[in-house]
Amino acid sequence: METAVVERKVFDIDWYHRLLALMEGDDLNKRVTQLIHSLIVPIAAIGIFLMLWGAGAKNVETSLGVLPGPAKVWEQTVTLYGEHNAEKDKETAFYERMQAKAEKAREAGKPQAKIDKYLNRKYVGTATFVDQIGTSLLTVMSGFILASLIAIPIGIIVGMSNTLYQAFNPIIQIFKPVSPLAWLPLVTIVVSAVYVSEDPMFEKSFLNSALVVTLCCLWPTIVNTAVGVSGVSKDLINVSRVLKLSWLTKTMKIVLPSSVPMIFTGLRLSLGIGWMVLIAAEMLAQNPGLGKFVWDEFQNGSSNSLARIMVAVLAIGFIGFMLDRGMLMLQKNFSWDKSAVLR
Amino acid sequence: MNSYLKIDHVGITFPTDNGPLEVLKSVNLDIEQGEFVSLIGHSGCGKSTVLNIVAGLLQASTGGVILEEKEVDEPGPDRAVIFQNHSLMPWLSVYDNVRLAVDQVFKRSKSKAERDEWTRHNLELVHMSHALDRKPDEISGGMKQRVGIARALAMEPKVLLMDEPFGALDSLTRTHMQDSLMEIQTELNNTVIMITHDVDEAVLLSDRIVMMTNGPSATVGEILEIDLPRPRDRLALAENPQYNHYRAEVVRFLHERHEQPARVDVKPEETVTEEPLQKVKVAAKPESLRLVS
Ligand SMILES: Nc1ncnc2c1ncn2[C@@H]1O[C@H](COP(=O)(O)OP(=O)(O)OP(=O)(O)O)[C@@H](O)[C@H]1O
Ligand SMILES: [Mg+2]
Repeated sequence: METAVVERKVFDIDWYHRLLALMEGDDLNKRVTQLIHSLIVPIAAIGIFLMLWGAGAKNVETSLGVLPGPAKVWEQTVTLYGEHNAEKDKETAFYERMQAKAEKAREAGKPQAKIDKYLNRKYVGTATFVDQIGTSLLTVMSGFILASLIAIPIGIIVGMSNTLYQAFNPIIQIFKPVSPLAWLPLVTIVVSAVYVSEDPMFEKSFLNSALVVTLCCLWPTIVNTAVGVSGVSKDLINVSRVLKLSWLTKTMKIVLPSSVPMIFTGLRLSLGIGWMVLIAAEMLAQNPGLGKFVWDEFQNGSSNSLARIMVAVLAIGFIGFMLDRGMLMLQKNFSWDKSAVLR
Repeated sequence: MNSYLKIDHVGITFPTDNGPLEVLKSVNLDIEQGEFVSLIGHSGCGKSTVLNIVAGLLQASTGGVILEEKEVDEPGPDRAVIFQNHSLMPWLSVYDNVRLAVDQVFKRSKSKAERDEWTRHNLELVHMSHALDRKPDEISGGMKQRVGIARALAMEPKVLLMDEPFGALDSLTRTHMQDSLMEIQTELNNTVIMITHDVDEAVLLSDRIVMMTNGPSATVGEILEIDLPRPRDRLALAENPQYNHYRAEVVRFLHERHEQPARVDVKPEETVTEEPLQKVKVAAKPESLRLVS
């Protein structure tokens, strides 16, 4: 009863005046206005976009039927999620079955080897859409983290020494614009030649994708880290000279913290590039992941394919967006430069 | 030879695109322990360069700097520098900025607790104890400069070098900072070289004012002893004829060397006699005016 009364009040006839009062802006009111700006405006924009999409898509006739509108895409999203659940159910069922078989074998007094065989049997199902998302995320993060671990130290060293900068600069400039698709065949061949092991820890396909991501993620981080490091305020360097800080202390206490904002800018760029690169690499190399999903649907050419590809496109976009937001949050947390406008 | 800090025939030449540029030529200055010396001179004449040579951040091309009988050839915490733009680490709190210096300078000689105590003590000295955990971005320009001073004092330097420490501050804050500095100076009796553009500041704070000639090849032009009793009070001094005389001396020097670089020799008496009713512009600083009933 209480809440009902309160809600009535909000939708009073007086709401227009309230809104005006809100605009006037003491702190709470300001926040409400902000909320309107940060929530209502984007929601309205998305609504308009969906409407235009729905209206426009109807008019595009393709070999696979009419271009799907938002409703159709949503339907496929639900279907894909359903398929995923069904697959997971099948998987649990499989393992339960194997468990039961092992149990039975044990009761029948079969040798341990036989029992283990049941227990160790892996379920081989089809990778669902959700699985593919997981694979892609894992791959991109692995490649990105590896790249960052290499790129940040290189960036620091290159940024601190003019000579090394001169030495590295041409290499960086030449490799930076190389398309991931050019790296892919090289990486594939090198990996299959170098990475030979009886019991591989990683799938080769995973390595290929991750390394291509790494190769493309290196450059923005190196460049931005180096710029950040070389741009450390001369006054701060002078402070470190007056204090006679050792090289290591200087690096850890002054150079590194001072370049954190730039390092994060590089990392954010890298992750963005890495994500795009990964999808392309997966499509081209048929490595598991979202890219492969898109390619498979493209080859499939069923009536639902277009809608499913669109689901994937939206998922790719959304995940890319979330990755970027995640980096931004990290950046805001770690960066001392609170005055910088981060968006 | 036995002065505390000796700047001995220091000259410096920078290589530039238009050939070598001799910025300083034969700068000589002897400073006693506990003395407060101001460097004044027009922009670009080479004041910061002198200071940086004393700090060891720049190497003199000729001559050298001798501190306590030892030649200065590299920077070190015994010659603490306070930079114009405070140069605090923006990612460290007020406390941590000072602590960084304390940890470095007293790594071996003080225990952790003593270093903490010393950091707090120096921040107390500049009245910054209330903002230990704030970041430089969160405090005012005057407060930042206080922290910079605390950091420098915490190094227990033999010489304190200040490059226009209050140049970036508004005049009211600057007044407060000057008073604070005098207070600290009474307590600690540091040897100080301060660069300033402000004539009043120079006269108020210094024992001696070193006036530098215009560059290039700048050198010490005149040295003015400021023989005013301490502690000095700015309000009382405003009416002190001696103080005003010193002010006028410095202004005269700066005016002579800089407003008339071409040095047209006009004898003032002649102009006055020839045209007695000539209009004269009179300017007065508002803070020097006083209403009398
Ligand atoms: N590293 C350098 N290379 C070339 N010229 C320099 C260098 N450092 C300073 N100069 C020149 O030396 C002269 C004196 O510079 P300095 O910064 O010492 O002047 P200043 O008296 O401190 O001026 P201001 O009052 O504006 O701070 C200037 O003309 C400047 O261009
Ligand atoms: Mg200067």
